[in-house]
Amino acid sequence: MAMRIVAETARLMGAERLIPIESAHIDGALYHGDSGTLFAERLVAGGAKTAVRATLNVGAIDLTGCSRNRLPPHELEMAKRMMTAYQRLGCESTWTCAPYQAGHRPKFGSQVAWGESNAVVFCNSVLGARTNRYGDFLDIACAISARAPDYGLHRTENRRATVVFDVSQVDAKFLKSDLAWPVLGNLYGRVIGDAIGVITGLAFRPWEDILKGFGATAASAGSVGLFHVAGTTPEAPDEATALHGVPAAARIVVTNEMMRDAQGRLSTADRADHIDAVAIGSPHLSIEEFDLLRRLLKGRRLAVPIYACTGRHVLRLLERDGHRQQLESSGVVIVADTCVVVTPILPEKAGAILMTNSGKFSHYAPSNTGYAVLYGSMSECVESAVTGKPVFGASMW
Amino acid sequence: MVSLQADVLLPGAAASATALALTAPISFWGGVDPKTGVIADPRHPENGQRVSGKVLLVPETVGSSSAAAILLELVHGKRAPAAIVLHEPDAILLLGLIVAKEMGYPTPIALRLDRERFAELHDRHVQISTTGRLTIS
Repeated sequence: MAMRIVAETARLMGAERLIPIESAHIDGALYHGDSGTLFAERLVAGGAKTAVRATLNVGAIDLTGCSRNRLPPHELEMAKRMMTAYQRLGCESTWTCAPYQAGHRPKFGSQVAWGESNAVVFCNSVLGARTNRYGDFLDIACAISARAPDYGLHRTENRRATVVFDVSQVDAKFLKSDLAWPVLGNLYGRVIGDAIGVITGLAFRPWEDILKGFGATAASAGSVGLFHVAGTTPEAPDEATALHGVPAAARIVVTNEMMRDAQGRLSTADRADHIDAVAIGSPHLSIEEFDLLRRLLKGRRLAVPIYACTGRHVLRLLERDGHRQQLESSGVVIVADTCVVVTPILPEKAGAILMTNSGKFSHYAPSNTGYAVLYGSMSECVESAVTGKPVFGASMW
Repeated sequence: MVSLQADVLLPGAAASATALALTAPISFWGGVDPKTGVIADPRHPENGQRVSGKVLLVPETVGSSSAAAILLELVHGKRAPAAIVLHEPDAILLLGLIVAKEMGYPTPIALRLDRERFAELHDRHVQISTTGRLTIS
């Protein structure tokens, strides 16, 4: 069945052949309804096993017990069965949307089949491994067959940037802040759609966690599977290389005005006089982001909870160093294996407002949780959680 | 009566239904409620409309790679569109139909048609043959 699914997709997309893959990241183990569980159990019943390394994206249940969800009994049972089925297929219980920070980093140029939009864009752009945007079912089918259809971003000629995204006109100080990158990601995703762009005009080399936030936001706002940053990402030592020596089809000069507009789009509750919760960690927080959270929190007690979503790879470190207890006693709710927009963890509350520093949470929270969103930096999120009211400090606008 | 020929991306049942042409790209995950078939994204222009039983015209898909799971769940719950018409083939979304077929569920037909034609189809009654011929009345 797995091979039939891969072959039918190859036909649909016009791929001439299948290529061997070295690893997979599986987004399919998140419960969206009974049909997905029944599919996974059909594979298990047929004796299927993954033939390459396959890490798991988030599930609907926090199996570590750090947080609780409000799934009704039937859904809870089916979600649990689904997670178990994927484990039986031989997938690793990583349960994170940041597998690339949990030891799964395919090498430059390798062919892989990754699912989950932020993981895909990071894998292609920052690691330089080659994957299409694999969806549920195809990801596990590729992991079992160890094959993928040869089209799209697996092929060198399709990895060329055609659009130059020039940020040299944007306030340089703002660009160097963590606040700017989800804003830029929202703008980039909407403007570029499914094209490939190369970002130019940066006066510094962006670090991994801000590229993570940029890619995640861009992939939720558009169909982004790969971006280049001239001088930073591995396929773009410079603009011309990213363009494969061909003139760009378009050059977009980003203005402060465009950034202001994009920042506005990340909030749906602009005139809020209070907040009900803060959510951070989409993609899952790294240990460095937790260090920043602890530094900003300074042991203070929160007025409203901060839901901090992460994976087991980080939870282990937090527990080892006694930081989990410390954070929880401040009022931080650590959420592992899952996150607050994929499963009902936030309390049900009419007219509630969620503050976040994640462009991806901002995109999905209104429809998936019913909370209106307010976008701010990590430090603004922390100060707001301490007071229970939106506190905006250092933003330039 | 106008007649159009579309490419068949994935074969499925013939359909006769009202067309719903989306005017903005959609993310099925987070954008469509699998339990009701209603477009749930408050920022989408067709927010509140139901995709179930419609000839759904999709100009572009965006966002999450879980779109196939939502589509499979819609098919499994008998809340799928009567037909899906895309501007270009989209593996992420259509995997939902490929898997539905493997699971033995009846699946809607998937077609490819230039999105410039979508507006004239909107809200009209459209008949679709298994060979991809659209007849608009």
